[in-house]
Amino acid sequence: MVTPTARAAATETGGVRDADDDPQGDGRRRFEELLASESRVEPTDWMPAAYRKTLIRQISQHAHSEIIGMQPEGNWITRAPSLKRKAILMAKVQDEAGHGLYLYSAAQTLGIDREEMFDQLITGRAKYSSIFNYTTPTWADMGSIGWLVDGAAICNQVPLCRASYGPYGRAMVRICKEESFHQRQGFEILLALMNGTEEQRAMAQESVNRWYAPALMMFGPPDADSPNSQQSMAWNIKRFSNDELRQRFVDMLVPQAEILGVTLPDPAIRWNEERGHYDFGDLDWTEFSEVLAGRGPANAVRVSRRRTAHENGAWVREAARAYADKQATASAASRASAAPEKIAS
Amino acid sequence: MIPTTNRSASTALTPEAIAESIAADETVASEPVALYALGLGDDALVLAHRLGEWITHAPELEEDVALGNIGLDLLGHARSLLTYAGSAWGTSEDDLAYFRGESEFRNRQLFEQPNGDFAHTIARQLFASVYFDGLYRALRRSTDPTLAAIAAKATKEVDYHLDHSVQWLLRLGLGTEESHRRMQRGLDAMWPFVGELFRAETGLPEGGVAHVPLDVTDGGTLGGVVVDLEPLRSAFDEIVPRLITDAGLTVPTVPFARGGGREGRHTEALGPMLAEMQVLARAHPGVTW
Repeated sequence: MVTPTARAAATETGGVRDADDDPQGDGRRRFEELLASESRVEPTDWMPAAYRKTLIRQISQHAHSEIIGMQPEGNWITRAPSLKRKAILMAKVQDEAGHGLYLYSAAQTLGIDREEMFDQLITGRAKYSSIFNYTTPTWADMGSIGWLVDGAAICNQVPLCRASYGPYGRAMVRICKEESFHQRQGFEILLALMNGTEEQRAMAQESVNRWYAPALMMFGPPDADSPNSQQSMAWNIKRFSNDELRQRFVDMLVPQAEILGVTLPDPAIRWNEERGHYDFGDLDWTEFSEVLAGRGPANAVRVSRRRTAHENGAWVREAARAYADKQATASAASRASAAPEKIAS
Repeated sequence: MIPTTNRSASTALTPEAIAESIAADETVASEPVALYALGLGDDALVLAHRLGEWITHAPELEEDVALGNIGLDLLGHARSLLTYAGSAWGTSEDDLAYFRGESEFRNRQLFEQPNGDFAHTIARQLFASVYFDGLYRALRRSTDPTLAAIAAKATKEVDYHLDHSVQWLLRLGLGTEESHRRMQRGLDAMWPFVGELFRAETGLPEGGVAHVPLDVTDGGTLGGVVVDLEPLRSAFDEIVPRLITDAGLTVPTVPFARGGGREGRHTEALGPMLAEMQVLARAHPGVTW
């Protein structure tokens, strides 16, 4: 998939700047070997600066997406229509917080503080998945997010379990397990609605109509317009192109939509015997750019909600720090006063 | 701890298992036991809902997770208790949660109090967890096998909830001047609702239930179904003031409120909470979600 030439060219990009801390080139040789043998690069291994930077960007953006992604679903925790659904939704949103924390930890192994990453998020300097800038006006959106958004996320993330950077790949193994559970829960929500009343069926279809295209756009722009992809593939971070993953996702969705009885809002979807895949229509990338540029339905709200929570909680975090400092001082003092006795005994 | 002769007891750990047992005519609560379970279920449900309101608003991500966890545990207790209660009337947990009005809710008023700031929530959780801890420990010895099984599971979880509250009480009480001031305010705001926690159950038919005294050794069952609250009150009075003073705070002296949650009298906070909780379910009565 990635030619040796491409790989050599890719590693060159970061290597120039890292020559200082790897004067003999041993680190680079080892790094190349690890990639060539499909092995993991670990935090203590030498790595090109650009590889490190790409990973920090990707992992922190992923973490931010989990944290911001809590909001569109958190919107329905207080109104979930049955206690079982309420419990499942609370557990799911908690899983997302857990994924965020786990990914921040993975990024920290690359030498960036969680505080710095979180600050980038709440000051609007960091990116996160644009899908979470859409709103959730109906309960059926809890189904669509699970089925379509988590479904797309899984297609994106399963190959990341083999990402060359060890802490990231391992984090993804755990996250993917939970995500596939979430996707099934979303599918079940839609299935219950489609087996319900006319109003419930309409609610499900309307929601799928809104989420389908944005979910397909989660794979990023078409390959021809995706500048970072080649590099990431050369580094064994990304394993398949945006368009390959998008195709895989559509191929998975069509039969599932049939089971649900929902119509995917794209008249161009049809089986292509020759390709062995479903054909589908072009997406409206203008909308994608609009949302990406901050003009989506909820861009401003998402970041400001997290910032407000953070600001309102400042006094709590300060108290926790002050208390920990006092405890540390007290225990140091008690050690100091206990020490002479120990010597005496 | 759980009598092995009764099948329902050993499977009563999840609301789904209880519902199955009810459907198979193996488990049915008598009217007084159902009313008792309904009160406890409402306590847990209303507090679980309040904790759910914190998610995405907590002071740090770890607290989004922790408060959510506690809320989820309580929601689990509520689902089991309401499912069991419903066996007396042929109603489901959702019928009880979503289709009763405010005056039919039997939760004690502490649990419906708004979240306020983080210190208010910690104060409410501290009092709630001490209450639940004593209650469920005793209820494990109930002669009602379903209640005993629900309590056995809950006890382990409440142990963690109590620890969470105590740790934060210390951090906020001894942390900074501001956190100390806020924690004291939180304690003062929640204290009026402490009195009602230990008031005897009302509305249960005369002689319908026997009480479980606290002073039996673990593992024994006596002739009681419900927990005698008077000894729990003494335990609360012994534990809580000490925790508060250990955190450098003052035991509130504000008077207790009239209470009346078990009879369906509530503070102004419950109505809006239920309106939000029930809005979607009530827009589509009788459907499956």
